[in-house]
Amino acid sequence: MDCVTTGGNVKVLAKAIHSLSKIGEELYLEPVEDGLTLRAVNSSRSAFACFLLSPLFFQRYQAPSDHAFRCKMPIKSMQAVFRSLSSLERSVEKCRIELNSEKNRLTVTLHCKHGLLKTHNLSFQDCESLQAVFDKENCANVLRAQPRLWVDTVLHFPPSLEEVNVSVNGERVWLRNHLEDDADPSRAMMTELCLSAEEFDHFAVRSESNITFCLKELRGLLVFAESSGLPVSMHFDEPGSPVVLSVSDSVLDANFVLATLSEDAHQRNHNNNKADRREAQPAADDFMSDDMDSYLIAMEASDLPGDLPGPSHESVPPVPQSSTNHRARLPSEEEEEEEEEQVNQPPNKKFCSLFFGSVLPASSQLTNQTIQGQEVLASDSDNEKQEE
Amino acid sequence: MPLSTQSQPENDEYILIASLDNVRNLSNILKAISFKDHAIFNATQNGLKVTVEDSKCLQANAFIQADIFQEFTLKEDVVGFQVNLTVLLDCLTIFGGSTVPGVMTALKMCYNGYGYPLTLFLEEGGVVTVCKINTQEPEEPLDFDFCSTNVTNKVILQSDSLKEAFSELDMTSEILQLTMSPSHPYFRLSTFGNSGNAHYDYPKDSEMMELFQCTKTQTNRYKMSLLKPSTKALALSCKVSVRTDSRGFLSLQYLVRNDDGQICFVEYYCCPDEEADEE
Repeated sequence: MDCVTTGGNVKVLAKAIHSLSKIGEELYLEPVEDGLTLRAVNSSRSAFACFLLSPLFFQRYQAPSDHAFRCKMPIKSMQAVFRSLSSLERSVEKCRIELNSEKNRLTVTLHCKHGLLKTHNLSFQDCESLQAVFDKENCANVLRAQPRLWVDTVLHFPPSLEEVNVSVNGERVWLRNHLEDDADPSRAMMTELCLSAEEFDHFAVRSESNITFCLKELRGLLVFAESSGLPVSMHFDEPGSPVVLSVSDSVLDANFVLATLSEDAHQRNHNNNKADRREAQPAADDFMSDDMDSYLIAMEASDLPGDLPGPSHESVPPVPQSSTNHRARLPSEEEEEEEEEQVNQPPNKKFCSLFFGSVLPASSQLTNQTIQGQEVLASDSDNEKQEE
Repeated sequence: MPLSTQSQPENDEYILIASLDNVRNLSNILKAISFKDHAIFNATQNGLKVTVEDSKCLQANAFIQADIFQEFTLKEDVVGFQVNLTVLLDCLTIFGGSTVPGVMTALKMCYNGYGYPLTLFLEEGGVVTVCKINTQEPEEPLDFDFCSTNVTNKVILQSDSLKEAFSELDMTSEILQLTMSPSHPYFRLSTFGNSGNAHYDYPKDSEMMELFQCTKTQTNRYKMSLLKPSTKALALSCKVSVRTDSRGFLSLQYLVRNDDGQICFVEYYCCPDEEADEE
C-alpha cells in the first residue's frame, strides 16, 4: 500500500483524523479500490464515522495488491504525526503512507520544507472490517446546509450539553437541548432554536419527525466540514433510526452515523417537556412484542433486514440492548464471529439505557443508572451484561 | 535608580554589583535553564555564569557577558554563590510580565560575600521592591570535560527547524536518539514510543543547516527527560550548535538574542544514556 498526498490535501487528511478522534479512540484504516477508508467507532457503538478518500484525492494511490489489508491503531498515534495543523500548512509538502509489511509497520513520511523529513513508523493491529449498515438514500428527511449554519447553531448550546433534539415539519426545524427524564424542567435551562427551510440549501421533509442524538459527535464532523467549506447533509427518519450526517465532494466522502434516542423514551421526555410534537408509535419500538427470533436473524444476517416488525426500519433493526446498541449494526459483512467479538465491549451505560427506555417502567432514567430487573430480550449469546 | 535605605550596606561593601535597565535581559535567559530549583552563580570579570544541574548527567549554563549589564562591578576575581533559582525568578518578575512598550523594570543585584543574602533592588515606574534571597555554599559544577579537540561531529542549525521537531517529540519515548553522520541520514533525531518510532532527518545541504562537520557516524541515546527542558532554550534562540565527542557526550549551544539584540549563550551538556534500550 502506498498513498501520497500533497499540498492542501495533507491538511484535509489531518483534519479527517482529528475529526475521527472525536468519535472513537481507534482509527481503522483500510485501503480499497475505491480509495482509502478511515473509520472510527465509539465504545458504545452508538456513533460511527467513515471517511472515504478516493484515489483522486491522492497524488498517487496504490492499494495493496491482494486488497486484503486493514488495520487499526490508537488514533492518538496518527494524530501525533499530524499534531500541529498550522505547521502542516506551512511546512509540509508531501505526505506518504506506506505499509511496511516486513516490519509490520505503517510508515507515514512527511516531506517538509528545507529538506526536513519526518518519518513515523506506527505499529498497528490487524482487525476485522468495520462497517455500519446504513441507508441514507432512503431516509425520509434530508436537510443540507453550509457548515457555517450548523456551526452557528450548535454554538448556542453549551459545550457540556450531551444530547440535542431535532424536530422537523414541512417548513421548519427546531433544535432543543435534550433534558434528562429526571431533570426538573423548572430548574433547567432550555434552549430552543428554530430555523426555517430557507436557511437550508436543501430541505426535504417527507415525514415529520423528532430525533435526539449526541451533540459531541456532530461537533466532530463540523470540525472537518468547517475547514473544508463543504455543505453538510443530515439524513434521518424516525427516532431510533440513525441520523447520518455527511459531507462530500468529488474526491472525498464522509459519513457520520449517530444513534438516535428510541421512540418511547423520547415520548416520555416530551411529555415531561410539555412539547408534544410527536405522536407515539408504540408498536414500533415496543421490544416486548418483538419476535426474538426474527431479531436475532436480523443481527446475524449481512443483508439489510427487510422483514422486521415495526415500520420505518429501512436500514436498521431496533436495538434494544447492549450489543449493537443503536441504530446501525456494525457487523462485518462477512463474519459473524467478528460481530460477536466487536460487540462484546462494554457499552456506554447511558446510551444503552436510551434504548432500554422504551421497555422500562417510568421510573427509569437516562442516566448512568443500573437498570434493575431488566430482562434481556435479545442478547448475543456471549453478552450477559444485565445492567444494559 | 533605586533608593538606598539605611539598613542596606553601602555600595562599597558589596563585592558584586550588577545592574540592568531591563531585568528581562536576565530573567528570560534564566528561565531557559530553570528546570531545577538550585542554581550556581559564578561571576568573573567576563560576566555572569549561571549553572543548573540534574542527576549528575545534565548541566545547563547561561552566560551573560559583563557588557550586557549597565553596571558590572566585582571586588574579587571570582564571586560564587548558590541560590534558589525559582525564588530568584519570582523576584525578578515581581512586577509581573508587563509588555507595555517603554515600561521596563530595572534591576540592581548586589552581593556582599559569603554568608550574606543576595539583594535585589527592582524598580518600575517609581515603585521599588527590595528582595533578599538566602545564598548557599556554591557546589562545584560538574566538569564534562568537553573540549573541542575531542569533538567528532558538529552541526549548526537554525533553531526554527529544530523547534518544530522538539515540540513534536514523542514524550512516551524514554530516550532521544541522535545520529550524526557524514553520510545519510546526516542528522537524525529518533524517538521510540508507545505508538512506534519516529525519525526527524535534516539533510546536510538544507538551508537550515549552517554548518555541517561530521567526521564519523555516531548514534547516541540520551534520556528524554533530561533533554526536554532544553526546549526552552531552543525557543529563545536563533541558532543552535550540536556537538558530540568521542565518548558520546552531547553539547548543545544556543545563541540567544535578548530584548536589546545583544547576544547571550546558553549551553547544555548531557551524558549518553548507558542502559541498553531496545527499539
